[in-house]
Amino acid sequence: MSQVQSGLPSEKPRVSPINDPRVRSFVFQAVLVAVIGFMFYEAFVNARENLERQKIASGLGFWDNTAGFPISQSLIAYSEATSTYGQAFWVGLLNTLLVAVIGIILATLLGFVVGVARLSKNILVAGTARWYVEVIRNLPLLLQLLFWYNAVLKALPSVRDSARLPFGTYLNNRGMFMPSPITGERFELVTFAFLAGIVGTVIYRRWARKRQEATGQQSPVGLVTLGLVLGLPLIVFFGIGMPLTFEYPAAGRFNISGGMVVQPEFLALLFGLVIYTGAFIAEVVRAGIMAVSRGQTEAAYALGLRPNMTTKLIIIPQALRVIIPPLTSQYLNLTKNSSLAVFVGYPDLANVFTGTVLNQTGQAIEVVGITMLVYLTISLSTSTFMNWYNQRKALVER
Amino acid sequence: MTATEFPGTPMSRRDEPVRFVRDTTVGAAPPPSSVVGPWAWMREHLFTGPVNIAMTFILLALFLWVVPGLVRFLFIDAVWSGVDRESCIITEQRPVVGACWAFIRDRAAYFTYGSYPLPERWRVDVFFALLAIGVVWLLKLDAPRRDLGAFYFFIVLPIASYVLLVGLPILGLPIVETNLWGGILVTIVCSAVGIVVSLPLGILLALGRRSSMPAARLFSVVFIEFVRGVPLITVLFMASVMLPLFVPDYLQPDKLLRALVGIALFAAAYMAEVVRAGLQALPKGQYEGAMSLGLNYGQMMRLIILPQALKVTIPNIVNTYIGLFKDTTLVVIVGIFDFLKTIEAARIDPRWGAPTVSATGYVYAAIFYFICCYLMSRYARSVEARLAQADKR
Repeated sequence: MSQVQSGLPSEKPRVSPINDPRVRSFVFQAVLVAVIGFMFYEAFVNARENLERQKIASGLGFWDNTAGFPISQSLIAYSEATSTYGQAFWVGLLNTLLVAVIGIILATLLGFVVGVARLSKNILVAGTARWYVEVIRNLPLLLQLLFWYNAVLKALPSVRDSARLPFGTYLNNRGMFMPSPITGERFELVTFAFLAGIVGTVIYRRWARKRQEATGQQSPVGLVTLGLVLGLPLIVFFGIGMPLTFEYPAAGRFNISGGMVVQPEFLALLFGLVIYTGAFIAEVVRAGIMAVSRGQTEAAYALGLRPNMTTKLIIIPQALRVIIPPLTSQYLNLTKNSSLAVFVGYPDLANVFTGTVLNQTGQAIEVVGITMLVYLTISLSTSTFMNWYNQRKALVER
Repeated sequence: MTATEFPGTPMSRRDEPVRFVRDTTVGAAPPPSSVVGPWAWMREHLFTGPVNIAMTFILLALFLWVVPGLVRFLFIDAVWSGVDRESCIITEQRPVVGACWAFIRDRAAYFTYGSYPLPERWRVDVFFALLAIGVVWLLKLDAPRRDLGAFYFFIVLPIASYVLLVGLPILGLPIVETNLWGGILVTIVCSAVGIVVSLPLGILLALGRRSSMPAARLFSVVFIEFVRGVPLITVLFMASVMLPLFVPDYLQPDKLLRALVGIALFAAAYMAEVVRAGLQALPKGQYEGAMSLGLNYGQMMRLIILPQALKVTIPNIVNTYIGLFKDTTLVVIVGIFDFLKTIEAARIDPRWGAPTVSATGYVYAAIFYFICCYLMSRYARSVEARLAQADKR
């Protein structure tokens, strides 16, 4: 005490190095780095020894070797005899993305419907929604997937007595057989009209918002969007003479030929993911809507807005702010959970790569490392995008 | 002024009561019959508008279709006793067979203990009892000496369980190889190890992420974001096929241990984020107050910050733990017989090859997981309600 008082204010108090925070933090960090560095070094040395002893190759040399195993569903050209491990990787990745994207869209729809239903005044609706959420969230996803795959889809009738559904669709334990569209001449004009419709909609919406901000006049945005996105392609489609035919699946004695097949593995995985994630999204949506205070609704009514305008203009924009961050993590969970495809045999990235490729090459470090990197990239890019979107939607405080 | 006096009343009339003015309030008229009673209640809650009426009838039809079928399958047509598939197959006397509970009863021991040797199964029962004591002691908020409870749960219990389950020949407990473990035992061991390891590790990582030391922060952030960005399956694969490569030959971990390492690391990353949220929720004044009292970092965290931060995070910790509990089903991928895997193995066993065996097995698993997770989530909610009450003034 007296020392400090007698010293000049600019003079630093003398502290023993043991108690100097900077010294301590430096020493601590040095030890931490040393320990982690040592662990990595040990792991590296051991891995090299173990790999040599077990005669496992290292490096990415296997990437261009012929894979030699079949994949039951492929979005790009893939053949057992000639395709490489690299191509197998892309097939698996695309399959993962396919189930993730479709799953995210459907789970969002289901989640929003159920989330709103939980707040319904109708107790039957609210109670059903509540028990759906309660039961599904408390059961492991794997159990649900096995149930859908083994107890539902595998228990469907065999090919001979397939269930006939409308529109020439067959359902049996080998999957869902649907008519496949075959586009005729000049069909690309329809696609072109559809794209033009989307561009037109974006431009029109911008113009409509500017006009509303300037003059207060509203424009029929919904109708015009519908007309441009759906109507325009339809007009073109009929105008050039309907160049679209369907190839219907034909039921033979032992198999169904023609048409498009959706495999039971894909269906089981999609069902499982959508129903599971949908329950979580429902909770997110409910929490988001509840977070908008009741005063907002009352104020909107006081201003003379009708109930559905209140929902559209007041509740949803504010609820979205609360919903978006947890919704992002649900999307990421769905994508990561799609790796449970391994258990139902859907050829996604984890199944193709950490399953078959790992077994054939034995190069654990490379194969598991690549798989992890892919999921990490998907996760980080999705969360970056959603953060950007969230920032756009966030409340601008002044 | 009384109720009968009005400013405009002439003075001469003052003594006479005014007959046409009421001096008592009229009782409230009963509400119109359209807003009270069961009919009005139904109208408000079930039949508001055409959409609602439609929804009500659709759901009612759905219930009438599903519930009787379910009851018939689970109870009325169910087979309750039997020793093999004969009791559950479809015969001429019994054209409809519901749930095959005989299968569950026959294999219940396998679902609980796996292939744990028969004479040693009491050890598993003792382990369950010890764990139950620990869980109740730690979770009951008004239990006595909860500090001792934490010591018991995080130090005594792991050692005792290890000795009990793995065995210690000196004490007369023969060694039981982990490849014989299975069923609920493995599910509980995986999730218990997950929580015992992940909570302390998660706290360390969370403190590291909020630390002012760049090396500690960098390491924590990279670890947390990396583990949270990849699926559990790949983490388990890493633990199962990469870990053996990284350790010297004489130190090869056994299969269950590898999976436990994977689960514990995975859960720690999620726990770290939960704890971090709790740390961030504390007002800065708590840190500053602790520092101004002259506490050092360790004292500040141990005495001031963590007790408060952990208290508000209990619901989230339990929710993370529910996720962990459900995720333990994935250890199948590295060849471990957890509860779900024992059911998968038993349902395809030809001795019990009957049409409804698979569905019965899944129903049993669903009931088990649902009860466990539901109780945990109820606990989380009750703690949340209690904390909310404490914050009310």
